[in-house]
Amino acid sequence: MSDFSSGLFDVLGSESMYTAAARFAGVLAFAAVGEWIAERAGTLNISLEGMMLGGAFAAALGYHHTESIWVGLLCGTAAGFVVALLQANLSHRLTANPFVVGLTLNILVLGLVGFLTGELDPQSRTASVVEIPLLSDIPLVGAALFGQTWPLYLLYPLIPLAWWLVYRTRWGLEVRSVGEDPQAADVSGIPVNKRRRQAILLAGMTSGLGGAYLLLGQVGRFEDSIVAGRGFIAIVAVIFGGWTLAGTVLGCLLFGTVLSFRLSLPGLGYELNNELLSALPFLVTIIAMAFFARRVRQPRSLARPFVRGLR
Amino acid sequence: MTSQTVTPDATEATLAAEEQQPDPRTGRAIRLTEVVTLYALSIASALVLSAVLVSVTGGSWSEVMDALLKGSIRAPGRWGLTLGTAVPLLLVALGTIINAKAGLVNIGQEGQLAIGAATATYVGVRLDAPGPIAIGALCLAGIGGGALWASIAGGLRFYRGVPEVLTSLLLVTVAANLVGYGLKNRWLLLAPAEGRANRNQVSKQLAAGSRLPRFEIFGNSIPLSVLIAVVLAVAVSAGLARSVWGFRLRMLGQNPRAAQRAGVSEHRYGMVAMAASGGFAGLAGALMLAGGDFGNYQLVPGFAANIGWTGLLVALVAREKAVVAIIVAFVFASLRTGSGFLAATGVERRITDVVQALIVLALLVPPAILFIRERRRALAAIKARV
Repeated sequence: MSDFSSGLFDVLGSESMYTAAARFAGVLAFAAVGEWIAERAGTLNISLEGMMLGGAFAAALGYHHTESIWVGLLCGTAAGFVVALLQANLSHRLTANPFVVGLTLNILVLGLVGFLTGELDPQSRTASVVEIPLLSDIPLVGAALFGQTWPLYLLYPLIPLAWWLVYRTRWGLEVRSVGEDPQAADVSGIPVNKRRRQAILLAGMTSGLGGAYLLLGQVGRFEDSIVAGRGFIAIVAVIFGGWTLAGTVLGCLLFGTVLSFRLSLPGLGYELNNELLSALPFLVTIIAMAFFARRVRQPRSLARPFVRGLR
Repeated sequence: MTSQTVTPDATEATLAAEEQQPDPRTGRAIRLTEVVTLYALSIASALVLSAVLVSVTGGSWSEVMDALLKGSIRAPGRWGLTLGTAVPLLLVALGTIINAKAGLVNIGQEGQLAIGAATATYVGVRLDAPGPIAIGALCLAGIGGGALWASIAGGLRFYRGVPEVLTSLLLVTVAANLVGYGLKNRWLLLAPAEGRANRNQVSKQLAAGSRLPRFEIFGNSIPLSVLIAVVLAVAVSAGLARSVWGFRLRMLGQNPRAAQRAGVSEHRYGMVAMAASGGFAGLAGALMLAGGDFGNYQLVPGFAANIGWTGLLVALVAREKAVVAIIVAFVFASLRTGSGFLAATGVERRITDVVQALIVLALLVPPAILFIRERRRALAAIKARV
């Protein structure tokens, strides 16, 4: 047991572990922040995975043609927006089943990206590392949070911005009311499905940006398995966080750390069961939901489509 | 409506006029043409989009179509393979239909299928019994495994208040990793070292006796599971439409409160529906293993191969009708088997994923548009009467 605890100290005391964890968490957080807004509006977007993958691919394509990281990030955001546009209009304008739409969009994007990668073969590289002075000198977590490739820093204003948008604007109030009680919102003149579509579009943009950051900030070379389930884990992080922004970010940090163990533990000379590590975010969330589902309030109309006059 | 002074005669006259106005037969004919046009338009646009995509990247769409048709039906021995591929799709879809009728949303069939296949493997390679008994036991194990896995989501829904949509989805990854773990350990699923020729994660092969018998028609080898699946589809369709059990399930799905007043226990019927859905997915996994069209009668990582996801799509594209699902399953299976012949055309085989997804999206649009138009018409009719 003492062996285990000293091992734990070793791991928790190593700067490289925090750096790896922050990288995983950063990608998750981009997507999760948007998905948090969308879930507050009462929608559940399984297509998050597709949005991220589309974002990563478009970023590679954008960079390939202009050699500018900024253009790459913008292209990624736009691609996420396009996927979200399909999701939003099919499921919250035409009232098609949102899960079917989400699953299908994931398949569509994966197929499309796989098909186009073979044809176009975009080349890209990672953005440069920018160390923020002073802050990056903080022991342990400084380098992890402030010594990364620069697209990660876009996340830091994004989180308070999302908070302000949802809790301090009229639009945010309407979004939350649409997620809780769409009938009441509808009666008070709030365009329910419009707000939901807008929330999904936001989720698409941040997820696309997340995908772009994954490519241009970390991996540097596009392949179609680049996202590898991170979209699903981002959804899980929102659920784990009990539909609060702080909880969502915490969930991202936790799951990012768990995911990074696969990379950082062998380097420190420890072996942990790979399958367990991959399943851990999902297991933890299921168990957390089983215990706290009655205490944590989910948006009451989460994943319930709204059609005026029906139930 | 036009007259301000309402006399009994006037109201009777307007009522009579109203009764004459919508002739049900022409109404139905208009609706039918509307339905046909909408479906034709959206499927055509899906195909045109795929064609544009192929030709923009320098391929030839007619060659692609030709390869798809050859690979799925026309080339010798292929339609038997397509039928064999359609079986698990149909089975997963049947479970999904039962589940959806009860108003539950299970989207974890991929995981339930993987678990079903794993439990079937566990029993199948260990049991040393004569053929039919071994196959029966293997199928039962698959059903049990899938049902148990789905019941986790069901139990959390009914006893802990956790939405089954979320848990069933989360359990997919857990299932995949659990099966992966099983395939690494000798006491679970991993084959003994001498039988697997340096391959890492692979189970023992099923003994020849416990494989599903196949029969030959016109040079196509078809597993027996095709018959089982079709019989089950008809049974599910009849059971949902005609039996008391099916009626209660549908009542639960359409109006849970009315169902509760009528004495239908939400917990009991909901759990049964979840377990049935998982059971069908598990059976699909077991038959994939014993049928021989997927892999070599042995379990490997990634055995489920998206069949669970696609089966879910089959159910929803068939609009929750078990008999329609037979056709849809065959179409989706054709795309899958057809893609095997694409390599010869030089077009990336992932194009079939694109085509399939576009077709699903195209099939989602018409019912949605019809639904909205119907509602608008109904609302207009009510407004006109008030």
